[in-house]
Amino acid sequence: MSEVVFDRIVKTYQRNSIRALDDVSFSADRGSLFGLIGPDGAGKTSIFRILATLTLPDRGQARVSGWDVVKDYSKIRQVVGYMPGRFSLYPDLSVGENLSFFAALFNTTVQANYDLIKDIYRQIEPFKKRRAGALSGGMKQKLALCCALIHRPSILFLDEPTTGVDAVSRKEFWQTLGNLRKQGITILVSTPYMDEAARCENIALIQNGKILSINTPQKIAGEFPETLFAVRSNNMSGLLRDLRGMSGIGSCYTFGEFHHITFRQGIENPQKWLVGELESKHHHEIEFMQVQPTIEDCFIRLMKKDE
Amino acid sequence: MKQVFVFVRKEFYHVFRDRKTLLLLFGLPVMQIVLFGFALSNEIKKADIAICDYAHDATSQKIVQALNAGTVFQTREVLFSHREIESTLRRSDEKLVIVIPAGFSDDLYHQHKAQIGIIADAEDPNLANALIAYAARIIADVQSRVIPPSSLPMQIIPEIRMIYNPELKGATNFVPGVMALVLLLVCVLMTSVSIVREKETGTMEVLLVSPLHPVLFIVAKAIPYFLLSLLNLTVILVLSVFLLDMPVNGSILLLYAESALLIITALALGLVFSNITSSQQTAMLISLLGMLLPTVIFSGFMFPVENMPVPLQVLSNIFPSKWYYIIVKGIMIKGLGFAELWKETMILTGMAMLFLIISFKSFNIRMA
Repeated sequence: MSEVVFDRIVKTYQRNSIRALDDVSFSADRGSLFGLIGPDGAGKTSIFRILATLTLPDRGQARVSGWDVVKDYSKIRQVVGYMPGRFSLYPDLSVGENLSFFAALFNTTVQANYDLIKDIYRQIEPFKKRRAGALSGGMKQKLALCCALIHRPSILFLDEPTTGVDAVSRKEFWQTLGNLRKQGITILVSTPYMDEAARCENIALIQNGKILSINTPQKIAGEFPETLFAVRSNNMSGLLRDLRGMSGIGSCYTFGEFHHITFRQGIENPQKWLVGELESKHHHEIEFMQVQPTIEDCFIRLMKKDE
Repeated sequence: MKQVFVFVRKEFYHVFRDRKTLLLLFGLPVMQIVLFGFALSNEIKKADIAICDYAHDATSQKIVQALNAGTVFQTREVLFSHREIESTLRRSDEKLVIVIPAGFSDDLYHQHKAQIGIIADAEDPNLANALIAYAARIIADVQSRVIPPSSLPMQIIPEIRMIYNPELKGATNFVPGVMALVLLLVCVLMTSVSIVREKETGTMEVLLVSPLHPVLFIVAKAIPYFLLSLLNLTVILVLSVFLLDMPVNGSILLLYAESALLIITALALGLVFSNITSSQQTAMLISLLGMLLPTVIFSGFMFPVENMPVPLQVLSNIFPSKWYYIIVKGIMIKGLGFAELWKETMILTGMAMLFLIISFKSFNIRMA
């Protein structure tokens, strides 16, 4: 049963000059955690705004909980929780005041749904009297999630909830999302961080308003068609230049402390060939190994293919 | 209902936690009243004049005494020759010189016609006009006292009478104007800025994606500023009555009711402005330009509308401040009731309804 359906949506801005979404389709099942993964400007926010009934699509149909986003916008607004990409709470109101305001807005109280938010809210409760504008980035996001959850929505739209949040808080945030999913809430979440994608049930990789791939994170990573290697040396920038100059190398890009590379077909014993090549170009301390492709690797490959 | 209550409470938090807003809200009316009441008053007090009296007879003495008797003039200098007149005026110490020719009484009693010179410094034409009018009135007064009513031939003495504001107090004219100005400015500015701020901070996105009905949103936004404006009105009234001796001759209840009508009109206008703008600066600019200028120019409290070209006179009718100004003057100074002011009230009601409808219609249920 699909809780969120996005069907062949086209959305343009500034009199059709900017194509934010180009024929985008996907669907998310009830109670699932669906991730929209893509860099800044990929079109993630446009998707959320259409689903949250805030903007109209130029073409195509979208349904949330069976309701049409254009016709039945007021029905959808009753059941969804929406956390916009940028901080959207009242900075001059305290943590507690923000929370109780949003609870009242949805005709409920903080007490009635406290169990749903208590895991997150406990962490910011010591700062209950502090103005929301004076909170740290991570705490702001936690408060925003609490405010989006306080009316016990059946569907949650989270637009980049972990952007600007430290690594520990990000981990906690995703644990919370997992817990919420167990309570039957359908969650649609976007993130520019590829490492977070693995925590979703299904992900859609988005680039330039187009969907590159939709699948489970494992399948997307498993579909990487080539063997992937990581290599490094004492001179990383020189290494990248040299690798790109070699005809036997298929693709090459920086990935953390290594460069990830694939080989063109027809090279026997690639390790021996490559190390020989690199030593002749005066590289030292060469490390070379085969690695498991991650979602980011897949994303980069799909992006290049798309271009 | 609880939604609206909580929303209104939130708006009050915003207002009372922002010192700038508070200052604007309550500093503006106080500043306006004080400014118009004392600094920009066109009321004349103790204008310095010079007297050049060649006659030195009984009648001329009476005129000089009469001129100095009131609060308007005081003789600063006595000139002995009309040659000094120009240099006196050029120094700008005196605004007016009264020249009484030799043989003034003789002329008056025997030829039934006497001349008196009033020379004014017309650098400020309004002031000069006012001073000349005052002086002419005082001289006419003296004339009526010294010439027995039975004497022939009959002399027609123009009688200048000022009703409603015999002391020509400036306050009576500008307090209703300031009331219109402050109420319009504060209401339009506050509502439009408060809504546009929600757009700027992004909270509007969250508010839209909630079950709160747009009508309730508008109502909840209007209530706090409606209440604050009534408080503001009270501040202005108290200041004008106790500080500027402004009369309230009519019903104070009617005054509040009519003001409430203007406030609703202004709130609706503020809503319209907020619907068509997306930054606080634009909203502020539109509110200031759209309210301040027409109110000052077309309501009639600074410049008489009757003196304007016909197209501008027609144009003045579309500004709510003009009708409110007429109503407030009627109630406070003339003590008129609803029976006399129903026409203006109807016009104002019509405007309020129109702007309310436009504001509801133009409210964007999605993001622009």
